[in-house]
Amino acid sequence: MAVGTKKTKSYKLPIGPVHVGLKEPITAWLDLDGERVVNATIRPGAIHRGIEFMARDRNPIQVIYLAERICGICSFSHITAFVRAVEDAADIPVPPRAQAIRAILLELERLHSHILWAGVACYTFGYDSAFHLGMILREKVMDVLEAMTGNRVNYGVGTVGGVRRDITPAVAAEIRDLLHTYQSKFHQFGDVVFEDPIAKARMRDVGPLTAEESVQFCALGPTARGSGHRVDLRWSAPYEAYGDLDVTPVVPQDYLGEVHGDVYDRFLVRVMEVYQSLEIIEKLMDGLPEGDLAWETKVPKVINHLKQTEGEGFSAIEAPRGDDTHVVKLTRGEENITWWKVRAPTYSNAVSWPLMFREQELADAPLIINSVDPCISCMERVLVTDQGKGAEQVMDKQQMTELCREKTRRLMRA
Amino acid sequence: MTLFIVKIIAGTALLLLTMLLALLGEGVDRIVHARMQNRIGPPALQPIYDVLKLLGKENIVPRRAVAWLFNGAPLVALVTALMVILYVPIGSLPPILGGEGDLILILYLFALSAVAMVVGGFASGSTYANVGSQREMVLMMSYELPLAVVVCTLAWAMYHVGAPGQPFSLETFVAMPVWNVLGPAGVFGVLALLGTMLAVVPAEVAKVPMDIAEAKTEILEGLIAEYSGRNLALLKLTFAARTLVMCAVVVALFFPFSLGKGIGFSGFFLFVVDFVWFWAKVLAVQIVGVTLLRTAFGRFKPWQASRFYWVQVAGFALAGMVLISLDIAM
Repeated sequence: MAVGTKKTKSYKLPIGPVHVGLKEPITAWLDLDGERVVNATIRPGAIHRGIEFMARDRNPIQVIYLAERICGICSFSHITAFVRAVEDAADIPVPPRAQAIRAILLELERLHSHILWAGVACYTFGYDSAFHLGMILREKVMDVLEAMTGNRVNYGVGTVGGVRRDITPAVAAEIRDLLHTYQSKFHQFGDVVFEDPIAKARMRDVGPLTAEESVQFCALGPTARGSGHRVDLRWSAPYEAYGDLDVTPVVPQDYLGEVHGDVYDRFLVRVMEVYQSLEIIEKLMDGLPEGDLAWETKVPKVINHLKQTEGEGFSAIEAPRGDDTHVVKLTRGEENITWWKVRAPTYSNAVSWPLMFREQELADAPLIINSVDPCISCMERVLVTDQGKGAEQVMDKQQMTELCREKTRRLMRA
Repeated sequence: MTLFIVKIIAGTALLLLTMLLALLGEGVDRIVHARMQNRIGPPALQPIYDVLKLLGKENIVPRRAVAWLFNGAPLVALVTALMVILYVPIGSLPPILGGEGDLILILYLFALSAVAMVVGGFASGSTYANVGSQREMVLMMSYELPLAVVVCTLAWAMYHVGAPGQPFSLETFVAMPVWNVLGPAGVFGVLALLGTMLAVVPAEVAKVPMDIAEAKTEILEGLIAEYSGRNLALLKLTFAARTLVMCAVVVALFFPFSLGKGIGFSGFFLFVVDFVWFWAKVLAVQIVGVTLLRTAFGRFKPWQASRFYWVQVAGFALAGMVLISLDIAM
């Protein structure tokens, strides 16, 4: 039953762009033979927002708030990656306390991202009770994030050279309470899902990706770890406060002794990473260093310093879904950033989708798409569709620029 | 002639009541489901509001649909599902169409209602509905075997113990509960058959873990993907009615015990008490057979559901059949 070798009469079925099983718009065109997937084509292109372009007429401090809005779930990861790139370009040191607070926030974000994903994955195969249980459990980390930053999403805490909010004793008590709550209650979720025969039947051997393929096709984060590949930037290239923590990648073979590289393994990796995050937060809270929150609290001074900077900065951090890579270029004498490049993990993970669809069934399609925890709007590129003719065309840079100029001319005439 | 008119009036009243109770039953099901998940859930009357709202909405027929089939299918599905209740004795009341049909007819009516939905799905011209229809057919083929085993075994047992009346008629089961006529081995056999029947209920009423033909996160409600307005209202009613009627058949087969006779009522009060008692039992079966299961499990894949019915459930049913025949032979 290899893909494409057997001559069969297939029919096409789109999963998406708007589909109940998907959180964001993307289309998977499936060639089906009965229920079996013969071939799968992934077409992104529905929600490109042009954020990198918008950033070019903003200064680095303003871009922070733009970077935050790349993604609602891993917003702090994007901020951290961006400010670290700027700090790298301008050689700005970050005080140890700020580094620890950043790491705590990153781990809290990982908690809520993974719990949300696990709930949604259960919903995808009709297990509503586990979905609601996940939502109930997730509420605690959202409350703590709100207590810590004032917001439940898009926290607005990171800044160049540090963070903008301290962990007060009241917040510290909340975080301790969170650790206690999850350590005593989170196992409920694992119990409900891992011991359910139908859940196991739905996830085992669905969407497999071997360790070699995960390397070959550049899978990142939990997707690669689910295939048994030890890859984790917190372990291989520690940043912020992770250097002292000795974080080891969570891979299924450590828990089950074998790797299938399927959705079940990815589920396991994410659930086990929740426990890992709890440990990390506990260690960070125990050894929270005293000191300043930021290199410089006066924003004009920071902007002025960045204005004097010439050069490029690079940073990659381990977001809940994989590596977030940001590259930023600053030019001396210019307040706005010259350019900025973001690569979200979905951009790499999406390449593996067609592989995961091999010999799978239609019933598994939404689960497979969701299994890499896609963040479509993070990775989106432009696709132009002519509705009348049904023709599709990917635009190159020159065409885009020409279109932009045309629009500007049109607007200026009006 | 008078009897005919009385039957028509009673039948119409019963059908209307069934529709109302079916929607109410679904409302209760949704509340219980929500409470089990630590949610509050919609009000019990929500399904009634939904159907009323849908009746006032535009009825869209897709361009590629076969219009008469597309519009006719929901009606046939609803009517056939509702008709079953006319053959079920309700409490101490005899069934309205008792003499005209029996369990075999009930099985066919259920199948016909499902086939009507399949036809509607195929006629709507949508790929999703097509996939849903294929899945429904696969599911039907899978659960018919265990269902047939249950029905035939029970009828055969009734025939062999010499129960009064037609062995396939539901009235026979009500007059003489199947538990009372068999020995210990037979009771275990009946228990196995009851388990089989409860395993078939979710597939018959298209609820998780067997809501494969609808599967909204996979094929966008499949069968009913293209339906809207009046047709969708009819289909919603059909699903609710199938749930209620299937549970009513389970009650008539396995729990025909009369409360009124136990307390010692007679005459009019006996009928009233048993009437209410019957619907209470139906609701209880619905909560155990539908709500509990759909809260506790996720959805099967089509081939997993098929294998479940062909191997596990059919095996269970055959075990029940063997136990009952051993009991009768000894």
